[in-house]
Amino acid sequence: MARRTATRAGAPEPVEPVEPVVTTAAALSAALAAAEVVVCCGSGGVGKTTTAAVLGLQLAGDGRRVVVVTIDPAKRLADALGLAGGLTNDPSRLDVDAPGELWAMMLDTAATFDGLVRTNAPSPEQAERILTNRFYRNIAGALSGTQEYMAAERLHALHDDPRFDVVIVDTPPTRNALDFLEAPGTLARFLDHPLFKLMMMPTRRGLKVLNVAAQPVLRTIGKVVGGDVLADAIAFFQAFDGMETGFRDRADAVMALLRSDATRYVLVAAPKRDTIDEARYFAARLDEAGLGVSALVVNRSTPTFGTPDPTVGRDAGDPVLEALWANHDELAAIAAAEHDQLAPLVDDVAPAPVCWVPMLPGDVHDVAGLHEIRRLLFGPDRPTG
Amino acid sequence: MPPKRLNPREFLSTTRLVVVAGKGGVGKTTVTAVLARAAADAGLRVLAVDLDGKPTLADLVGDVPHLSLTAPDALAEYLETHGLKRVAKRLAASGIIDVVSTAAPGIDDIVVLGKLKSLERSGDHDLIVVDGPAAGHAITFLLSARGLLDTVRGGPIRTQALEVLEMLGDPARCQVVLVTLPETTPVNELVETAYALEEQVGVQLGPVVVNGVDGSDESDGSDRGHGSGDLTIPDGTDPALAAAAAFRNARRAMHRREIERLSDALAIDQIHLPHVVTAGITRDDVARLAAGL
Repeated sequence: MARRTATRAGAPEPVEPVEPVVTTAAALSAALAAAEVVVCCGSGGVGKTTTAAVLGLQLAGDGRRVVVVTIDPAKRLADALGLAGGLTNDPSRLDVDAPGELWAMMLDTAATFDGLVRTNAPSPEQAERILTNRFYRNIAGALSGTQEYMAAERLHALHDDPRFDVVIVDTPPTRNALDFLEAPGTLARFLDHPLFKLMMMPTRRGLKVLNVAAQPVLRTIGKVVGGDVLADAIAFFQAFDGMETGFRDRADAVMALLRSDATRYVLVAAPKRDTIDEARYFAARLDEAGLGVSALVVNRSTPTFGTPDPTVGRDAGDPVLEALWANHDELAAIAAAEHDQLAPLVDDVAPAPVCWVPMLPGDVHDVAGLHEIRRLLFGPDRPTG
Repeated sequence: MPPKRLNPREFLSTTRLVVVAGKGGVGKTTVTAVLARAAADAGLRVLAVDLDGKPTLADLVGDVPHLSLTAPDALAEYLETHGLKRVAKRLAASGIIDVVSTAAPGIDDIVVLGKLKSLERSGDHDLIVVDGPAAGHAITFLLSARGLLDTVRGGPIRTQALEVLEMLGDPARCQVVLVTLPETTPVNELVETAYALEEQVGVQLGPVVVNGVDGSDESDGSDRGHGSGDLTIPDGTDPALAAAAAFRNARRAMHRREIERLSDALAIDQIHLPHVVTAGITRDDVARLAAGL
């Protein structure tokens, strides 16, 4: 199956199918060399989880000890890797035929948050008061931004884990996925939550819970959601008192890792307008943060099949032959249109390598399928030994 | 008895609110636009609704009336119409939706559902088609009413939740349309979601839409000169033509297989939308797909 290279720098060149490109495969390997953290970003449904798993397979093949962290609640990675019991919040080692190791886990936002509370609480009693609070139980999994923050937190912990050389993570498919890259003030999202600010007031001795009755906004919230919900929230913030410094320090460390040379960002897109727009948004966010895109993976692109012999007539009055030509032309036209549509994104991420993964005739849902994509991305298997 | 292929026009006049749901990338927005367009072309007064504030759906439906309904807007409107107008502006401006939905998860969903319910009750529209949340969130979205009844024991939100539940339980008022592609993983996820919705939410499932079917067996107008069955590859065919045809045949075979599997797993009527040969679907594509229904 032929692959195409992408034109760089948006030069409007005619679309010519190119034979399998060694340079792209080599460039992708180079982009990931010495990476300690790989963050895969892109909108939902573009194959981020699959791409993360494929990169993991490849790096394990290079002899590295890899852990892949997925946020996908649909357990697709587990399916693809043949893990009948599904993935848990603790890494499981997978049985892959590789000199390195491949581990996988699914991020459990609430459990990670619990761990963070236990680590930072001055006493087990205080940790318990927080963990059993109903308000906390609600926000630990549901607060917007929590998932992104906990993903970054977990990533940092795995990076420090001596069992692993590389951590690969697929980010949530939201525009907030890269919020942790912003200024330190917004990093500890939890502490910068408006509710926290509304209820807490810094004093010389730390934080103090404000009087609810004195706050018209809180009174309003109470009217809408009910007084007992608010009482739970206040009890939570009282229990949280004194822990914010530890949270902030931790957040700073996480951000330093994500901004370091050890972390690589791989954009994942499909040749459809909405996913390209999202990928361009991520590229711009990374650029604003002074970070580059290490590689762009375009999944499910329409393959091209070379140029038919021009002496094969297309108007011979033979309906079978005409249908074959029509099919070939249709696929070629789609491939060209996709290429045009991707050009601005390719331009955005230059000089990062762009890897086209052709749409496969079958669905990718097992290890063999992952290996097939790996070979398409990185080239044929090298002889071992 | 295997599920039958459904006449979509029939379905569109059996209920007033259709929530379209499916995992990311299956073409949920396209399907929403096609259903809205088809109903409008059939003479119904239609409203197309998106919940994400993105312009995609508005672009695709063309002159069909459209509403962008986001949680912060819905909450602001809710507060205003419940005697809290003075603070509503300030609440919306300071990102307070986040605060309120944190304190009582599901409240952002319930105000959106509440707004949909009042649109449905208004009688201004024969059919409201909603580009719903992605499959995972669709369940929590539709479950929010039931969940809130447990946490909120009184007040206007509880009333709202009860009214929403009443609507969700009435097939003549509301149905959910699940969308999938004819591929293994999306089909598996659709089947899981379908069971979860029926068991946990108790909402009526409308037909399942299989989007992007290559080699659809109906005359859909998208055929570009080569038949929709398998391509014949005689011996000695030019290698490039043969490779392209083999790829196409393999893909069509997979689609047939997956549709068959879906039919076996789920006794729900199906609507098939043909694969559109383009990298970016347009308003014209939507109109053509709608006409093909």
